[in-house]
Amino acid sequence: MSENETKEYWRWKEYNWKNPDIPDWRGSMVTAGVDVGSTSSQAVIMVDGQLYAFSNMRTGSDSPSSAIDAINWAMEGTGLALEDISFTVGTGYGRVNVPFANKAVTEIACHARGANFMYGPTVRTLLDMGGQDCKAIHCDERGKVTSFLMNDKCAAGTGRGMEVFANLLAVPIEEVGDMSLSVEEEPAPVSSTCVVFAKTEATGLLRAGWSKEKVLAAYCSAMASRVVSLLERNGMEKDFAITGGIAKNSGVVKRIERILGIEALKPNYDTQIAGALGGALFAKALAEKSNKGKIAGR
Amino acid sequence: MITVGIDSGNRNTKAVVLKDGQVVGKALILTGFDANESAGQAYELALKAAQVSPEEVVAVVSTGVGRNEVKFAQEIITEIGSAAKGARYFVPTVNTIIDLGAEEGRAIKLTADGKIADFASNEKCAAGAGSFVESMARALQTAPEEMGPLSMKYTKEVPMNAQCVVFAESEVVSLIHQKTPKEDIARAVHDGVSNRVSSMVRRVGLLDDLALIGGPGRNRGLVQSLKDDLQKEIKVPEDPDYVSALGAALYAMEIA
Amino acid sequence: MIANHGYKDGSGEYYISIDTDKCSLCAEHGCLDGCPGQVFEIEFDDWDEEVATVRARERNKLKQICAACKPVSGRLVRLPCQIACGSEAITHSW
Repeated sequence: MSENETKEYWRWKEYNWKNPDIPDWRGSMVTAGVDVGSTSSQAVIMVDGQLYAFSNMRTGSDSPSSAIDAINWAMEGTGLALEDISFTVGTGYGRVNVPFANKAVTEIACHARGANFMYGPTVRTLLDMGGQDCKAIHCDERGKVTSFLMNDKCAAGTGRGMEVFANLLAVPIEEVGDMSLSVEEEPAPVSSTCVVFAKTEATGLLRAGWSKEKVLAAYCSAMASRVVSLLERNGMEKDFAITGGIAKNSGVVKRIERILGIEALKPNYDTQIAGALGGALFAKALAEKSNKGKIAGR
Repeated sequence: MITVGIDSGNRNTKAVVLKDGQVVGKALILTGFDANESAGQAYELALKAAQVSPEEVVAVVSTGVGRNEVKFAQEIITEIGSAAKGARYFVPTVNTIIDLGAEEGRAIKLTADGKIADFASNEKCAAGAGSFVESMARALQTAPEEMGPLSMKYTKEVPMNAQCVVFAESEVVSLIHQKTPKEDIARAVHDGVSNRVSSMVRRVGLLDDLALIGGPGRNRGLVQSLKDDLQKEIKVPEDPDYVSALGAALYAMEIA
Repeated sequence: MIANHGYKDGSGEYYISIDTDKCSLCAEHGCLDGCPGQVFEIEFDDWDEEVATVRARERNKLKQICAACKPVSGRLVRLPCQIACGSEAITHSW
């Protein structure tokens, strides 16, 4: 297993962030969304509907403690305590195991809502490429889902599949994208969809003298055409945006754009927080609806 | 009359030498980078085992995924065709064949006179094939051949949710962390493969006379899971990995 | 909303699509007993409407579960789940 290997090429940076433009939360309504995914977890805190703080970390061995760790890290240095948050929505794979959440909402609904905030109301098609799943979502101008499709059965087209390749080629995961774009001529995509077979194929290509860059290009390109087929099945309409960890991989993003002939909207936020952000937005709406929207710090 | 059948698989290359319809020699080697070269090596080894010189061979037929690479074969036969011929040789009444390889699996239904009625196959997803068990053995830090005996000693059914080799590896690791006995994990692994294989059998229609061929047929744990799943007796030839090569050699007899 | 439950793997696309706008108006829920593989259940969606969905633990094995209703030869034009659904809300991708 990769966890036992001496060098961990798959590892990405965990961090937290606080909005410097919001000096204080006291006197405002504070809501939160916690997205416990299979691979990564995020907590987003909003103050009166504005992004205030978030954390992004790797999911631990169980969902409840991952949720607690994520929210604590997001609250770090803000002076906030759990009781200051008027409403929390849990989402993601571990959504029913967020001990302090007031409600669980599916990640599909949260992603659409979060993307509507991140990219604006013109976004219609969303591709979320997560650690162990891939989602295609079509939504309306309010961020409400009109159709969706999710694939969490197969590692092809997921962050996990990319991690397998990063380990195989001993390339840090955050460098995969740029390396794959450094090839002079685009090679044919890896032909196997299955990650296991693609790995065998890649080993053969390396043996045949291909450079790491070329093999990565062939894999990123295969991943791109695979996810595009999911988008096309679900309905593809402009504007288009990509979220999730793989959205940070320029090698996959550029190739998706090339196949579709459409540029993805450029993110102003971390692409991994879309689900948690949507959760915090749902939390705000639900808090107002149920009149639980107490004002923090009073 | 002497004929040879060669089965060029993803993992192993097998050769069987037939003399007047009786097996007189066989060989199995790992398939190397060059499938034709591996086929040549298996061919020579099998002839040596049979104490036969190349001049005595009347016809060579190749089958398997690399069948077109075997340049010295006079004729080729599909994996389906060779599986049907080979399985019928061992079990003359067989009407449903499960043919499992390292990287592919198929279910074949035969008519009463041995013709192919229907087949379903999977060669695009590693989860329904023999190498799934090997990958899980690695995650369990166990030798692949230990998986069967371990599985036979299971005491509790443990659900395994992952359907993909990559995700199943992590699931096995977390089962180990939860102190699940290796025996129960091994059984869960075989049940998983068995579910996927059984669905192919149900697609072609399950009849009574069932045979399992291919290397994974040596894994008693897998055979047991399949029996429990399909609720049928399953016949496994003594050397299940050679059945397709034998089928090719039988076809060579027909065309010679 | 069109909810596509299932997956795509190396061997193909296996999605059961449910048109929840049609489905939310249904009171009979024929899909529950109409499917021999029992893949459907009724849930409250994120907008508190009662809709059919594919059970979470079955979503990754649809190819296997539906195999019995989809023989290699002689497949029915309409599957048992489609016959059982009075709202015509269910379609299969394969």
